Amino acid sequence: MSELNAALEHPVYNYKVVRQFAIMTVVWGIVGMFVGVYIAAELVWPALNLGLPWTSFGRLRPLHTNAVIFAFGGCALFATSYYVVQRTTQARLISDKLAAFTFWGWQAVIVLAAITLPLGYTSSKEYAELEWPIDILITIVWVSYAVVFFGTLVKRKTSHIYVANWFFGAFIVTVAVLHLLNSAALPVGMTLKSYSAYAGTVDAMVQWWYGHNAVGFFLTAGFLGMMYYFVPKQAERPVYSYRLSIVHFWALVSVYIWAGPHHLHYTTLPDWAQSLGMVMSLILLAPSWGGMINGIMTLSGAWHKLRHDPILRFMVVSLSFYGMSTFEGPMMSIKTVNSLSHYTDWTIGHVHSGALGWVAMISIGCLYHLIPKLYGKEEMYSTNLINVHFWMSTIGTVLYIAALWVNGIMQGLMWRAYNQDGTLTYAFVESVVASYPGWIVRVLGGAIFLGGMLIMAYNVFMTIRKEAPAAAPAAAAA
Amino acid sequence: MDINDLRGISTAFLFVAFIGLVIWAYSSKQKKEFDEAANLPFADDVPSQGGKKEGTDQ
Repeated sequence: MSELNAALEHPVYNYKVVRQFAIMTVVWGIVGMFVGVYIAAELVWPALNLGLPWTSFGRLRPLHTNAVIFAFGGCALFATSYYVVQRTTQARLISDKLAAFTFWGWQAVIVLAAITLPLGYTSSKEYAELEWPIDILITIVWVSYAVVFFGTLVKRKTSHIYVANWFFGAFIVTVAVLHLLNSAALPVGMTLKSYSAYAGTVDAMVQWWYGHNAVGFFLTAGFLGMMYYFVPKQAERPVYSYRLSIVHFWALVSVYIWAGPHHLHYTTLPDWAQSLGMVMSLILLAPSWGGMINGIMTLSGAWHKLRHDPILRFMVVSLSFYGMSTFEGPMMSIKTVNSLSHYTDWTIGHVHSGALGWVAMISIGCLYHLIPKLYGKEEMYSTNLINVHFWMSTIGTVLYIAALWVNGIMQGLMWRAYNQDGTLTYAFVESVVASYPGWIVRVLGGAIFLGGMLIMAYNVFMTIRKEAPAAAPAAAAA
Repeated sequence: MDINDLRGISTAFLFVAFIGLVIWAYSSKQKKEFDEAANLPFADDVPSQGGKKEGTDQ
């Protein structure tokens, strides 16, 4: 095995940490999506919570969101950013040991989340539920990540810093700031319990300033970094417009940070702040679509490649979903639309249009490009299975978001329906009963998407296993 | 002068900075540099280690 590892070692780059994060992306993707399908099924068949506190919806839901965002998405971001920063600066990571620390530290955070969340330890802040000792560990790992990434940029052998690294850099810096400010809390004794440093409306605003920028920088800027490297690589041509990529970067990072208040429409947040959040969200359409167009147009003159390359298809369809959800988002931030959509399934559908369609599919496409390179193979074990996975992901996502569009609009309309005497037409429970068919379709869509991930795991396993005999001649040649 | 003047000035500054950025990015002076930058993902595909094998690259 050590001989095998030696054969896999790149003469210049540290591929070991990239391999570790790439494999764990697949593993955590399956775990996180399984929990998602399970809690979706709990909504349809509540008995699935087994009558136990640890498996109830309220405790498993944050486990699902943390697992898919920070474990699956996080590992994908670590893997690709470490790979891209090395390949585009032609320099090895500044420290192998520190990079290894970020891997093991991040896995420890994930395992601690998987233990504490079902036990009911939560700060109750959405997407930041982990309690304070874990928050401190996240901070240490994240600072190490920043040192490795920016340290590598500093010792680069190229004069330019490629645009993908700008996006990864913005993602790392902003997530550090968001995490520190939002997680500021006062622990109660030495227990796993703390109170937020903020109170009332201010706490809500800080929370959604964090929450929306977790979307904007963790789930968008980082994955745009992937897009700017892997789409050109897979299409074998440079990005459509490098100029546009610069304008895209500055416009996106300077506008996203203001959009948070649209999560607090019609609350105690001052009206001007709500309107500001809405206007900034509408403006955000421009940089979002600028980036999407830049990615998709990279294929101009090479559209024929889509016919036989399912990896490229993953990337282009992910950009299409990105365009769809970044159109839907600004639309839903308009206060009048939000009065219908907020608190309904539409919001969850919108999130999954971005999370499954954009974040997961671009990551999957990048991994299919990455894994053969990391293991010294020409290509993945089976291109046909990539194609099957592509169709399962697409169909699963479409089923999921269509079901929740229907559910969300129906719920919104039922909740606002009045009788002539001013009483509500429907009791809340009637909207729950009416939601069952949509929830069944959601379980189906999610299960199909999860099935695709299992096929991916098999394909990745066979690719890695297959290289064992092939690595020997490669090593001999080197 | 109160805080609102500062807010107005910062908005005006950001607007001017953005226009300046667009003019800078789309000026023909930058074209050569940007073309080089855009090709960075492909720059290390060619073996550049004096005949040393490029490991796992195509």
